[in-house]
Amino acid sequence: MKNVLFVAVVVLLLGAGAYAAFFIAPTDAKQGLIYRILFLHVASAWTGLTAFFISFIANVLYVWRRQPQWDWLGVSAAETGLVFTTVVLVTGPIWAHPVWGIWWTWDARLTSTFVLWLLYVSYLLLRTLIEEPDRRALLSALFGIFAFVDVPLVFGSIRWWRTQHPQPIIMGEPGSGLDPLMYKVLFFMWFAMLALMTLLLRQRYLLEAMRGDVETMRRQWEVA
Amino acid sequence: MKNLDSLFAAYMIGWGIFFVFYLTMARRTAALREEIERLKNSRNRGK
Repeated sequence: MKNVLFVAVVVLLLGAGAYAAFFIAPTDAKQGLIYRILFLHVASAWTGLTAFFISFIANVLYVWRRQPQWDWLGVSAAETGLVFTTVVLVTGPIWAHPVWGIWWTWDARLTSTFVLWLLYVSYLLLRTLIEEPDRRALLSALFGIFAFVDVPLVFGSIRWWRTQHPQPIIMGEPGSGLDPLMYKVLFFMWFAMLALMTLLLRQRYLLEAMRGDVETMRRQWEVA
Repeated sequence: MKNLDSLFAAYMIGWGIFFVFYLTMARRTAALREEIERLKNSRNRGK
């Protein structure tokens, strides 16, 4: 019952976020309607990086404490972050095509984000290659810590290098930024996305915990 | 109303990716529940 209520709240928040993005935020003078992808694209990017940060903390805690719960949280947050980053990589080109005239370019932000996506795909693939649970947890935690090194690169890429992707709208240079109403809608959408991330992460964690139980039962069954 | 189709497509694909992920988790959870039941039953039969 609690889960159904949580799903309903998340759906309502996302619906309200989409309504605000389409009907409340003012239209951009230069880009017109298409800029409204920003609310999904940027909110997904911030949420994905938040999930990768949770995965990083869980991986560090696993290496330190060696408790399976941290491994479960690490992989759950990594997979959830990967889904949000996939949305970023799909919505970005849809936005870029009418504005830049190209779907994709190998600029610093796009490339570092794509590398981040590949690193976390590799993290998940690595886990499928190792049978023994403790060894799998340790190696993937170490790889997860390494993969997170790309996150500061993604964050700094539009600050350190001036390429195709627009300059930052938060903590950017003087004069950069958005209309105050656009900021409100963007932060509301981020809040809705964080609620969605919490829902997905919780479900994924429960799934991983269940998988841990199955592995324990199998080992007990083999010993018996 | 220029680019309305692209805007609509971006939101539909975005929500679709989240929805498909949620569905795959539900399917994986159901498969694991079945696996747990199967292991419990085979253990009970072995006793």
